[in-house]
Amino acid sequence: MNIIVCVKQVPDTMDVKIDPVTKNLIREGIEGVINPFDKNAIEEAVKIKDEYGGKVTAISMGPPQFKESLKEALAMGVDEAILISDRAFAGADTLATSYVLAEAIKKIGNYDLIFCGKHAVDADTGQVGPEIAERLGIPQITFVKSLKLENDAVVAERLLEDAVEKVTVKLPAVITTTKELNEPRYPSPIKIMKAARKEIPIWSASELNADPEQIGLKGSPTQVVDIFTPEKTTEVEMIQGTAEEIANTLFEKLREKKVL
Amino acid sequence: MTATNSSEYKGIWVFAEQRDGVIANVTFELLGKCREFADKLGQKLSAVLIGENLEDTAHELIYFGADEVILADSPVFSKYRTNPYTDILVELVNEYKPSMIIYGATSVGRDLAPRVAARLKTGLTADCLDLEVDDNGLLIQTKPSYGGNIMCKIICPNHRPQMTTVRPKVFPMPARDSSRTGEIVRKKVNIKEEDIPVKIIETAKEESKGPKIEEADVIVAGGRGLETKENLKLIKELADVLGGTIGVTRPLVDEGWLPPYYQIGQSGKTVKPKLIITCGISGAVQFTVGMQSADVIVAIDKNPDAPIFNVATYGIVGRVEEIVPELIKKFKAMLNK
Ligand SMILES: Cc1cc2nc3c(=O)[nH]c(=O)nc-3n(C[C@H](O)[C@H](O)[C@H](O)COP(=O)(O)OP(=O)(O)OC[C@H]3O[C@@H](n4cnc5c(N)ncnc54)[C@H](O)[C@@H]3O)c2cc1C
Ligand SMILES: Nc1ncnc2c1ncn2[C@@H]1O[C@H](COP(=O)(O)O)[C@@H](O)[C@H]1O
Repeated sequence: MNIIVCVKQVPDTMDVKIDPVTKNLIREGIEGVINPFDKNAIEEAVKIKDEYGGKVTAISMGPPQFKESLKEALAMGVDEAILISDRAFAGADTLATSYVLAEAIKKIGNYDLIFCGKHAVDADTGQVGPEIAERLGIPQITFVKSLKLENDAVVAERLLEDAVEKVTVKLPAVITTTKELNEPRYPSPIKIMKAARKEIPIWSASELNADPEQIGLKGSPTQVVDIFTPEKTTEVEMIQGTAEEIANTLFEKLREKKVL
Repeated sequence: MTATNSSEYKGIWVFAEQRDGVIANVTFELLGKCREFADKLGQKLSAVLIGENLEDTAHELIYFGADEVILADSPVFSKYRTNPYTDILVELVNEYKPSMIIYGATSVGRDLAPRVAARLKTGLTADCLDLEVDDNGLLIQTKPSYGGNIMCKIICPNHRPQMTTVRPKVFPMPARDSSRTGEIVRKKVNIKEEDIPVKIIETAKEESKGPKIEEADVIVAGGRGLETKENLKLIKELADVLGGTIGVTRPLVDEGWLPPYYQIGQSGKTVKPKLIITCGISGAVQFTVGMQSADVIVAIDKNPDAPIFNVATYGIVGRVEEIVPELIKKFKAMLNK
């Protein structure tokens, strides 16, 4: 079973601010961590490998500091990690990102399963997984909460709004993971040390033979034209008194507003 | 990437999501908003309806604002699956060349739209909270990032169609007008079942008692300030008295007190009730982004500085276990229940 996991590094807090002048995110002091759903992806990949044998490769496209997250993936049991990094990739939207990741996956070749998180918590798009699947021309199963292998097929349960859908598809396929899928492991100190020593190759645009028209800003149809902090619009009215008085006042107010 | 010749692309499409012939409410909401765009730009508004046995359903889309329904009806579409839906939609786009396609940000929309975007090599913006269109027909899409702490406006200037998924409940439901008329264009389908890779084995509905949380008029929501699982009964009772349903913050779902179905917020449901009463919820943006468009928000929290009071209509500083029983008593007496 050859498995590839796409791992994205995201800020460890969502409480980010924007510089009102430059309109850039203020990044100082914010650490990077593995996107939470990608941890579920790593966990599932490693579990499958432990049961069926094979190899798990983690790939990440991003700046050099993304190596830290790949080290963590190695510590969690991934066999190999590759950083895909090049200044020419900067400014990529999901379409350009999926192009680069799909090219890297093709270069690795010989895959049975590809895992992505159901979405990354920074930009929250959830588009890269299905876009990779389309670019590779293989099926996708999104929002997976349980997974089983049966011969050359996979049986998965998908978590929908108010239902669970059980589907099956022949391998290879792209799977996107939810947090319900598993409980990601904490790597042991020994594994962390071993991972720290492991070489992480860096693939650039030329190593991928990437089409310059399809990467970075050039390969990104969407453009961010404004970024701002949402402002509050209402002024709260505080209701005071004993619990009973509060209940009476609230009832009157809600009646006035015609919501009761 | 080579730009598409934008002038060749005209018309506004809404992807009409349905399950077992029932149109998802978000589709009507999108038709309402896109009707405004179509009128402003003088373009046609089409609903694209894919499924099985949908002749009658198609008319509903016209009653809610579509000028035209493009209907692809076939047994292979009886349940949503990525590949056949992508195949037919891409075929339709290449035939009719719409300027934009708007999808609901549902499990279907978020599975389908990126697949279509990658095949057409066009842009896609996920999970939008607002849409505008300029005089040239450029779609300006507002989406949250970093759990709602930041908003981005995004455009897709040089590629067509412009595509976006929009959260349910951000646009109001338009009025149904059964006197509206429009055309139904039937598309011939050549997709065969044996060519579809994914097979659905079964679909298990997660049954919930009471109204669906996304559609409830009244929600009583509980957070960590409930302190014990036992106190869920308290908010359930208040919800019952008000004829509503309950919802919770993510920590309660993580604790396993309730299934994810009940979670409100960024990674849960967006709700838009007439009234929501929050009990012991601090008001993190990841929560408020999912409920701030409620008509009336009542917040109960023991901490007077809790950020929930920044979004609330009425604020009550106090302990849940003291305030809520009093509310139950009063409302029960007044509402005769
Ligand atoms: C990427 C991401 C996505 C997220 N998605 C979601 C989401 O979809 N939904 C969601 O809810 N959260 C989400 N979160 C988590 C969110 O950031 C908050 O942690 C969460 O909403 C806090 O829940 P809470 O208000 O119940 O708990 P707390 O923040 O702990 O607040 C508890 C409140 O109860 C009050 N309190 C305590 N005891 C009492 C009492 N006896 N009576 C009255 N008041 C009392 C306290 O003063 C406090 O204000 C997400 C986080 C991230 C990073
Ligand atoms: N730069 C990246 N490098 C590696 N994987 C990525 C990258 N961006 C997105 N992914 C994968 O795609 C998933 C969805 O990301 P997104 O579409 O950005 O929400 C993530 O959970 C990752 O598995």
